[in-house]
Amino acid sequence: MRALLIVFVKEFLENLRDRRTLVSALLFGPLFGPLLFGAMVSRMLNQSMVESDEPLHLTVAGADHAPGLIRYLESQDVKLVFAALSEGDARTAVQSGREQVILIVPVDYAARFTAALPAPLLLVADSADSQTRKVADRARQLLTAYGSGIAQLRLQVRGVSPLLAVPVAVNDIDVATPTGRAVVVLGFMTYFVLFAMLMGGLYLAIDSTAGERERGSLEALLSLPVARGSLVGGKILATCAYMCASLAISLTAFVCVFRFVPLERLGMSANLGVGTALEFFAICVPFVPLGAALMAFVASFTRSYREAQTYLTSVLLVPTLPIAFASIYSLKTRSSLMFIPSLSQHLLMTSVLKDEPIAAADVLVSAGSSLCIAMMLFVMTAKHWRREVMLG
Amino acid sequence: MIEARALSKRFGALDAVTQATFTARDGQITGLLGPNGAGKSTCLRMLYGVLAPDSGSACIDGIDIRGETSAARAHLGVLPHAAGLYNNLTARENITYFGSLHGMHPERLRERTAGLARSLGMESFLERRVKGFSQGQRIKVALARALVHDPKNLILDEPTNGLDVMAIRNLREILLALRDQGRCILFSSHVMQEVAALCDRVVIIGRGRVLADDTPQSIREGSSAATLEEAFLRVLGDTEGVG
Repeated sequence: MRALLIVFVKEFLENLRDRRTLVSALLFGPLFGPLLFGAMVSRMLNQSMVESDEPLHLTVAGADHAPGLIRYLESQDVKLVFAALSEGDARTAVQSGREQVILIVPVDYAARFTAALPAPLLLVADSADSQTRKVADRARQLLTAYGSGIAQLRLQVRGVSPLLAVPVAVNDIDVATPTGRAVVVLGFMTYFVLFAMLMGGLYLAIDSTAGERERGSLEALLSLPVARGSLVGGKILATCAYMCASLAISLTAFVCVFRFVPLERLGMSANLGVGTALEFFAICVPFVPLGAALMAFVASFTRSYREAQTYLTSVLLVPTLPIAFASIYSLKTRSSLMFIPSLSQHLLMTSVLKDEPIAAADVLVSAGSSLCIAMMLFVMTAKHWRREVMLG
Repeated sequence: MIEARALSKRFGALDAVTQATFTARDGQITGLLGPNGAGKSTCLRMLYGVLAPDSGSACIDGIDIRGETSAARAHLGVLPHAAGLYNNLTARENITYFGSLHGMHPERLRERTAGLARSLGMESFLERRVKGFSQGQRIKVALARALVHDPKNLILDEPTNGLDVMAIRNLREILLALRDQGRCILFSSHVMQEVAALCDRVVIIGRGRVLADDTPQSIREGSSAATLEEAFLRVLGDTEGVG
């Protein structure tokens, strides 16, 4: 136990003195996620708000053939621009991006409209462009609404109840709570948190195992009267310390960033204050020894710093798999899933965000299973360190 | 006293060391001499207990290194082939780390470090970070690290590798001083002059077998050679076909 502490202090101190490593582990790793995320979300929100508030701009060719339609569109606050364009001209204008969406009223529109036959309208848009697609959708909605208005009038004139033409009435009931909607947006966050946490210990995990071997200090260390378990334990513990630090920094950064993201303006409340951050920390902390032991285990099998880096980069992706799985199958917090590390942390954090009640048993199972696997990895690493191949 | 008793080690199909028996005595410098790949490092690694012999045993002051590893290692200082240091720690911190892992009391550790810094001539760089040290300074720190717990026995694997003439000379003086304190020193080398200049006893090893174990003078006379180098080549020549 004493040896373990000595190793811990030495590894902690040595890593602390490596400024470049420290900056990358404790600043770039934990801050990159929240900043990128905050910027992304606020841009997304601003954009969607601007779009729904702005009046629709529409270029119309052949407006003379449909005065009734034009009056309707103007009454709906659509900003119309009239142009004399053939169908071919309109296609080129949209394709080249000069115009977003063009509505063409063909010559035979008036005649067919008067004869109560389907009157053609052409809507030229580029559906591959997500911006103009939204404009086209709004235009199409307005045109459909105009059409059904006319249809009802025609039925009434002929003495038929317009209700006959409406056999079913679909009403959307959206059960998403404001927080629930925010969760869709914030779901990604849990991965950033786990990633930053692993990044915090990555360098130390490599340096204290593969690095120790590469710089040739390992053999002297192994010839000391110290149990290999104490050496490995001290190294993993030091890795844990840095992972906890970067976890704390990353959560603090998230709390700060979400102060400035206008989620409330969309009727969402991102439930992320100091209290939530503390709950997140408590949920994630059991994953720390697991991550540290996993990185130490993998790095112990590699021969050089470079090789360890290559392998550990893949290890960093491991916690994403259950999270990706969870979003594909839209898994909800369930006791049977609490045995799976990273997934259980992800689900619990999501529940906290949604303000859902959390069972204490779930938290304990999540923590317990993560710690058990961490212990297994530690024992396996220590066993590997007792083997002669460690000398290289 | 360091004893190798019929040590054997195989790596796959390769017989790295076969039935190696020799003794390094207190108050003497024993040189383990052999060409590259002769099994010197494997032999030493079994002696300081990081490799398990397939058969035979290794004893430090009569204590079996595999049986009572910790007790045996308390009497043994080791300078392995790759004596890497921690660049972000100072020379003192490097030494202290190993001393504390030996279970030394902080007070005693401070005294011992001060003593070593004086005798090894490293007082001027004791508090500096190891990054940027010369090879000569590094070997001194590594040596102090191996000697910090005041072991009676010292094993050095090719300690002069990468050192310049001055540093080698310096190391030689240090080793002689350590011998005169009554310590048992065993070091490996493939450089003849080094062994001839330093050793009280020479163990010649070739293809994993001990080919000679005697004083430099006796080895020379036994093979009726004028120099130790010639004797070394003759002894090896029988098995290695060197020439």
